[in-house]
Amino acid sequence: MTNHIVDLKNTDCALIMGSNAAENHPISMRWLLKARENRGAKIIHVDPRFTRTSARSDIYCPMRSGTDIAFLGGMIKYIIDNELYHKDYVVNYTNAAFLVKEEYGFEDGLFTGYDAEKRKYDVSSWDYQVDEAGLPLKDLSLQDPRCVFQLMKKHYERYDIETVCKITGTPKNKYLEVLKTFCATGAPDKTGTIMYAMGITQHTVGSQNVRSFAMVQLLLGNMGRPGGGVNALRGENNVQGATDMALLFHIIPGYIDSPISNAANKDLLSFIRAQTPGAAKLPFTNLEEFRALVKAGFPNSGFKINTSKWVISLLKAWWGKAATLDNDFGYHYLPKRDGNKNYSHIALFEAMHRGEIDGLFVNGTNPVVGGPNANKEQEALTKLKWMVSVDLWLNETADYWTYQGWERTVKNPDVPTYTPADIQTEVFFLPAAAVYEKEGTAAQTGRWVQFRWKGADPVGESKADLWIYNELGKRIKKLYAGSTKPQDEPIVNLDWNYDDEHGHDDIMKVALELCGYNVADGTPVEGFAKLSDDGSTACGCWVYCGAMTYKDGKIIYKTQNRDNKDNSKTGLGLYSNWAWAWPMNRRIVYNRCSVQPDGMTPWPGDEERQLIRWDPTIPADPKKPEALGSWVGDDVPDFLKPTSPDKPAFTGPFIMRPELKGCLFAPKSAMKDGPFPEHYEPWESPTENIMNKQNLNPATKIWEPDKQGTTDKYPIIGTTYRVVEHWQTGALTRNLPWLAELMPDMMVELSEQLAKEKGIKNGHKVVISTTRGDIEAVACVTKRFKPFIVNGKTVHEIGLLWHYGFKGYATGDPANRLTPHIGDANTMIPEYKAWLCDIRRA
Amino acid sequence: MANLTNLYDVSKCTACRGCQVACKDWNQLPAVIEPFKGNYQTHKDTNGDTFTIVKFMEYEDPVDGVQWNFLKYQCMHCFDPACMKVCPRQAYSKTEWGATFHDPDKCIGCQYCTYACPFEVPKYREREDKITKCTLCVDRVEAGLTPACARTCPTGALTFGPRDELLQVAEERVKFLRVNGFPNATIYGKLELGGLNKLYVLTDTPDKFDLPVNPKVSGNTVFWQDWIQPYFGWLIPLALAGSATSFITTRILANKHGAHGEGGHE
Repeated sequence: MTNHIVDLKNTDCALIMGSNAAENHPISMRWLLKARENRGAKIIHVDPRFTRTSARSDIYCPMRSGTDIAFLGGMIKYIIDNELYHKDYVVNYTNAAFLVKEEYGFEDGLFTGYDAEKRKYDVSSWDYQVDEAGLPLKDLSLQDPRCVFQLMKKHYERYDIETVCKITGTPKNKYLEVLKTFCATGAPDKTGTIMYAMGITQHTVGSQNVRSFAMVQLLLGNMGRPGGGVNALRGENNVQGATDMALLFHIIPGYIDSPISNAANKDLLSFIRAQTPGAAKLPFTNLEEFRALVKAGFPNSGFKINTSKWVISLLKAWWGKAATLDNDFGYHYLPKRDGNKNYSHIALFEAMHRGEIDGLFVNGTNPVVGGPNANKEQEALTKLKWMVSVDLWLNETADYWTYQGWERTVKNPDVPTYTPADIQTEVFFLPAAAVYEKEGTAAQTGRWVQFRWKGADPVGESKADLWIYNELGKRIKKLYAGSTKPQDEPIVNLDWNYDDEHGHDDIMKVALELCGYNVADGTPVEGFAKLSDDGSTACGCWVYCGAMTYKDGKIIYKTQNRDNKDNSKTGLGLYSNWAWAWPMNRRIVYNRCSVQPDGMTPWPGDEERQLIRWDPTIPADPKKPEALGSWVGDDVPDFLKPTSPDKPAFTGPFIMRPELKGCLFAPKSAMKDGPFPEHYEPWESPTENIMNKQNLNPATKIWEPDKQGTTDKYPIIGTTYRVVEHWQTGALTRNLPWLAELMPDMMVELSEQLAKEKGIKNGHKVVISTTRGDIEAVACVTKRFKPFIVNGKTVHEIGLLWHYGFKGYATGDPANRLTPHIGDANTMIPEYKAWLCDIRRA
Repeated sequence: MANLTNLYDVSKCTACRGCQVACKDWNQLPAVIEPFKGNYQTHKDTNGDTFTIVKFMEYEDPVDGVQWNFLKYQCMHCFDPACMKVCPRQAYSKTEWGATFHDPDKCIGCQYCTYACPFEVPKYREREDKITKCTLCVDRVEAGLTPACARTCPTGALTFGPRDELLQVAEERVKFLRVNGFPNATIYGKLELGGLNKLYVLTDTPDKFDLPVNPKVSGNTVFWQDWIQPYFGWLIPLALAGSATSFITTRILANKHGAHGEGGHE
């Protein structure tokens, strides 16, 4: 979330799209309903199916799964055509005025630079025009035909209401009602929030779906302001924390790209050159020269000009004394990935299926239920030599090798079945402690990192994850101790000291490393602005730097702060002294946007929602009283306090971007599949794309061309989702009788019309099939699902819960035995949310 | 002492059923896992091990489209409870703050209360041969806590406090809802049966929430309580014997007809 959960109470209108907030993020509704109660806010829910969220919304608007860009592209056109955008905001805080290279273009669904064979774009034309100094050219009147605003206007000309509704299957009057209601937040005294979740991301165009949100919110001037923002409701309570810690293969902690085995990453200096925006062509041959350039500042760099400090502090945290200037601070110890290879979930399981992977650690995840194409993924596990499952329960993945694990309700020769005798994998199970049985932090959806104290001792032999991994680390270190082989150095030299004086794992030591310490005396670094690239600081994740401080001889870990008084003067609910939010306890990122470009005047009619302001009369640093001028306010400003009007950053709220502006146009390599979101159909779609000539996102990888279902056999759209009663793959909830009681069986929701066509009655057992397999479920025939009219034809959609498996009190077939192995062009997140299937009575 | 009550505002309920689980947790009630029947509702009605349920009701209106209504359902703790009227063993009593308390030690499982209750809430628990129902968390409230359901409600749909204060809140809410898209919004429990110690803010008429529009205690119950019991107490043992016989016969009949066939499962 760019904002946070409590902030939902400040909104004038909420667009919930691709999320069932009431069911999957119940607390978000607490605050949103307050906005309705106290401010008369409107709640809009856009979803293929009427859910418990729709029941609490003012407007429910149906939309066919996988057509979000058409829906939002139409909204962008509506905003521009009706001049509903927040003009001052758009001109000053976005790249609307930037001129784009003449070479850039778009035709027949393809942006310039497409290589059909590789299914890849050469992105060099997706860039700004620059002056001699390399700075982007602008036209602040937004009239130049090459400016981003005009190109965007042209791009979305095709997204008229008629065409959009033909694609999405939305009734026109509903669509108009949504457009009118949400776009009214473009008024300077209004803000609107967008809440989304996996319904947006789990598509072949998932990243561009989110981009569309960002564009809408930038146009309406809703970013960086209370009650606004693009708010990803994270799917799990600590998934934000996991991402911060580099859960994903393409990054190292703190959202820095992971190094690739190519010339541009051959040593530390090249890596820093490649990672620091604006540094590519600068003349420097060593770190010292580079440091001088950073100090003087160089154009097109943004806050990432500091990348070298984050990288070197990270290396220092991992390899301690062994990380020195002479050995590139241990940069060569970092594994380098193959730049042409993908290592995401689908790719891993494809490689495993080919027999390329020997061993697997499965921690708190359950791919036999949760992975796409689960039949294939379960078969992939059989190719492993060993597997370690770390979980609270023996879940379906831990027991994938059992007879029960291979039972299929429908016999299908294309679906693999095994017996335990066929499987040679050695499976280890490590019982894990539950969240209340251990201490540590979790970062919630609003980036608040909250410490949790242990509430009870772990049951039986179960252990906290930290204990498990600390032991593993220590034992691996012991195994390699004394080795002189150079390839063993990354392990031999690894700085692994997380034990207290009694030899027990000490979570505060891990926390100190993450938050950063001064190498000389071990005291916490007070904030990432104080990190350095000379080896004097160590920091395991720069975005967490500042969460620890040293006061009166004691280390204070701010994630343990528990002051439930709101610190904001106008009652904005920042609660800045409850836990700690990264970065630097900033509760609303890009908060510069909450005040006009002059830095002092609030947006007309919106004094109460101003977060920060420039005060030229007071010093930023009490130790330097002569230097007047400072950013002040209830929230922590998004840049250094003394940033004065003469600096470009003064009117650059989006500090992590080299151009410092919100990107209506995503230049260069920001996106793999185009600078503007464009509508493409899902991989398996019931219709042709009428917006352009490409059916599928041209930049996404096709893994299993032979598994693409077509409408002759599979005419119905399938989608998956969760309900409030169960958690993810259900390991945690289907093992609890009270929760099993609430949602006892695998069920599929379908419309009365489809049920009638297929002779299905409420409560019947039905079989759902795709090219990947078949499952059985109980039919929930409901008025809440309606057929769509798509391009003049009736199309049905059904929805399945993906919580079930063969273990626990509530059992059922995993819906993911049906879902495809295909993912988003940028992130490779699987397309769980739109695919083709058929349904019949069992 | 002023009455303490729950206010349940359906316009804020997301049907997460945290209340249902919190109730089972506090009262240590076992799960009653029934197969999914095509509706999110776990049980058709409350039962001996389920004091509260959330009901799910779907409607379709040509103008307003689909409506999905939720309702937390449990004992209404009537001011003048019919269960108390008919109980032959005075197992029911009213606490001074308005809860209808059922004492299992006095209960003989005759189930007169179940049939007398306008909401059919008290339910028979076979394994103990007793009636059970929502206690309004008497044990929690008298220890200064709020009932488990209200304590757990994430959205603020369920609150607990003095009835007169909550009634004011409810009236404000209904006023707000009536001009904000719910012209039929109404309070339930203010006047019904002379007042319930559970207040509801409904976004539509009570029938859309499966609530009796004008609940009534049957004439027989009134007759029993106000006439037979005071003057013809000697009839009770006789009545008990009669009830036992009738109960046994009904049970035998029910078993013969296979009471488990419900649900439309194949």
